[in-house]
Amino acid sequence: MNERRPGLSRRALLGGAGVGVLAAGGGLGYAARSTTAEGASATADPAALPVDFDGAHQAGITTPAQDRLHLAVFDVVTTDKAELDAMLQQWTAAARKMCSGNDIGDFGSVAGPVEVPPEDTGEAQGLPPSALTLTIGFGPSLFETADGEDRFGLADKRPAALVELPAFTGDRLRPQVSGGDLVVQACANDPQVAVHAIRNLVRIGFGVVSIRYSQLGFGRTSSTSKAQATPRNLFGFKDGTANIKSEDTEVVDRHVWVGDDADQDWMVGGSYMVNRKIMMRIETWDRESLVGQENIIGRTKGSGGPMSGGDEMDAPDFDAVGDDGEPAIALKSHVRLAHPDVNGGAQILRRGYNFVEGNDDLGQLAAGLFFICFQADPATGFVPIQTSLAGPSNDLMNEYLTHVGSGVFACPGGLAPGEHWGQALLA
Amino acid sequence: MTAPLRALGTGVAALALLPALAACATDPEPAAGGSGTGAVAVSATDDACDVSTTSLEAGPSTFTVKNEGDKTTEFYVYATGDRIMGEVENIGPGLSRDLVVDLDRGTYQGACKPGMVGDGIRQEIKVTGEAATKLSDSEELKAAARSYSRYVQSQTGALVEETTQFTDAVKAGQVEEAKTLFPQARTYWERIEPVAEIFGDLDPITDGREPDVEPGQDFTGWHRIEKQLWVEGNTDGMEKYADQLLANVKEVVKRSKEQPLTALQLAQGSKGLLDEVATGKITGEEDEFSHTDLWDFKANIEGSQAAISSLRPVLEEQDPTLVEQLDERFAALDTELNQYQSEDGSWVFYDQLTKAQVKELSDRVAALSEPISKVAGVVAASQ
Repeated sequence: MNERRPGLSRRALLGGAGVGVLAAGGGLGYAARSTTAEGASATADPAALPVDFDGAHQAGITTPAQDRLHLAVFDVVTTDKAELDAMLQQWTAAARKMCSGNDIGDFGSVAGPVEVPPEDTGEAQGLPPSALTLTIGFGPSLFETADGEDRFGLADKRPAALVELPAFTGDRLRPQVSGGDLVVQACANDPQVAVHAIRNLVRIGFGVVSIRYSQLGFGRTSSTSKAQATPRNLFGFKDGTANIKSEDTEVVDRHVWVGDDADQDWMVGGSYMVNRKIMMRIETWDRESLVGQENIIGRTKGSGGPMSGGDEMDAPDFDAVGDDGEPAIALKSHVRLAHPDVNGGAQILRRGYNFVEGNDDLGQLAAGLFFICFQADPATGFVPIQTSLAGPSNDLMNEYLTHVGSGVFACPGGLAPGEHWGQALLA
Repeated sequence: MTAPLRALGTGVAALALLPALAACATDPEPAAGGSGTGAVAVSATDDACDVSTTSLEAGPSTFTVKNEGDKTTEFYVYATGDRIMGEVENIGPGLSRDLVVDLDRGTYQGACKPGMVGDGIRQEIKVTGEAATKLSDSEELKAAARSYSRYVQSQTGALVEETTQFTDAVKAGQVEEAKTLFPQARTYWERIEPVAEIFGDLDPITDGREPDVEPGQDFTGWHRIEKQLWVEGNTDGMEKYADQLLANVKEVVKRSKEQPLTALQLAQGSKGLLDEVATGKITGEEDEFSHTDLWDFKANIEGSQAAISSLRPVLEEQDPTLVEQLDERFAALDTELNQYQSEDGSWVFYDQLTKAQVKELSDRVAALSEPISKVAGVVAASQ
């Protein structure tokens, strides 16, 4: 019984840390309410308020991670650049309306002529803005097809950093949930608001873009603000404890935003999105012992504190040694292999979501993590980290994971009022 | 029903009637491809309802309702007798929402309802002037209906002829001949399907599919015979279905002459035909035994195109941009579709298309269906 992997021994002492952290979590949650409600009436529900669409950076990156996701990836089907630009202009007008909590179009859901379908599909009527953010990104295939064709004469505008991700050991990528020319990430605190946004953009886009796939996420797995409590992924562990937080502006400027020295002006103030659809083997994970689970992650399951001791927010001590003489944080644990210290200082802003798509044919939960991260350059962000993690001989967690989808997108800087998505790129 | 009718093409004219309101516009955003909407600012608190202007010009107005109180609120625009002209509900504290209402000349009341209860805090709103006048191009619409009627007649002759050949082959037990004629005869049926569909009793017994047959009803019509030909490979027991099919087709033709479609019906039909494609043909459900769906697919598109051609003079006058878009997207769909037709006019069987090919077709149909769904509005506003 109780077969242990090498180095998995000393978790017994960690139970005590949990209580203190839970209390701290409660405190942070309270702080979130009072800080994000700033400027609004005292009784306003902060989760319902709008997030500014316009600004130096696109919203939906350092914005405190909302609870729900609907992300859509599109293929551009038109060959006419002007048609693409016109659609992006319509998208932007609709996005501004929806992010402020309004119906799209001149007449919205019910005020228009009765003989035509309403401009807005109507399912968000009566719902607050719910912190909806819409974030756009452009994929490598928009600039050059797999056959090397410069489809829209954009080759000169392609940033050097926008390249397809390398193949990682263990990848089982499905083309139908990978790649794509355009991405729109809709995040909101109400799932219907996020779905409404994507549905209406898809409708506007018919004939110009075709949806390649879309992904719903029901629960955030990262905090992007110190005011947010750390949520849990479907393995039951806190996820995103050591994430980049929007308050650490120096870290954000260095690791998330593309700087003024970018090779392409249209990317200044922007960021690169990497997304990975990661299926989790829930049933076998649930049969792993607590000590085994904690060793794989490198954190305790209760408090989220590192296996080297301390509370959730305490730094992991990778040199610490347990009673058995083995490293306290296993050499192949997720936390160790993902840490900046072992990846040349690489840091990314994670913004992923849990998903469950019912059960598969065998009755197993079709579930996982739709991983999303933002960085100033994937080559110094996601790529080194994933290289360190990938493959059966690295991150112990890989036994329970399959990466089936992958995408990389250049998300431009933010817009000023009156500007539209893609304007600087397609001009 | 006094619902506002506005041609998409006349929207700009209607908006132009709002110069006084444009001055207090708070919405800095230029609407894509159109002009900005004049806005009326409403500040709603727990005990007040301040409307920035209570004197409006006829036409559509946008009320931007900002809840500056502590209670969730609503805003209504009432006509005499508290008839609701428009409402926006559930505006939380600190939030703002827009309400677009199209108002004719008259006196109205704007009402904020803090706490979403009671009669609300009311303001009188006076609307003067005239809304954009509706065009009375009924002559053009009648001409469109006549033009389409001629198209229907041209199709019905061939429909009766081809259906007769098909049913003769069935009755003579000529299986291969019948299988060849089946998709050809159906082409004429599918082109004018909106005509059959307005005769609600005839369509199901002529073109109904097996899963849709009501309990106690017999499975009859085109698809009954299709099943026998392709699944059983014979025509056993089909004589009565063949006779009934021909009789019903002739009845549809007869009624179509007595009761031609109106312009609005044919505008709706042009969209209905594409909906047929999107729900029946794209899924391969229409001809589930013969897989001759692409014959029907093409015929539906041709029928839709014929309806648009008849309406073209009206559409070109009212909304030339829409016509341009329709032309482009019909052409794009044709290009995609026609690659599956061989020189002898026959089509690839539907079960031989790959998923990717079906998706391409589906994309093109969706691209055309969105603008075509606007055609009926243009026609309605021209009446």
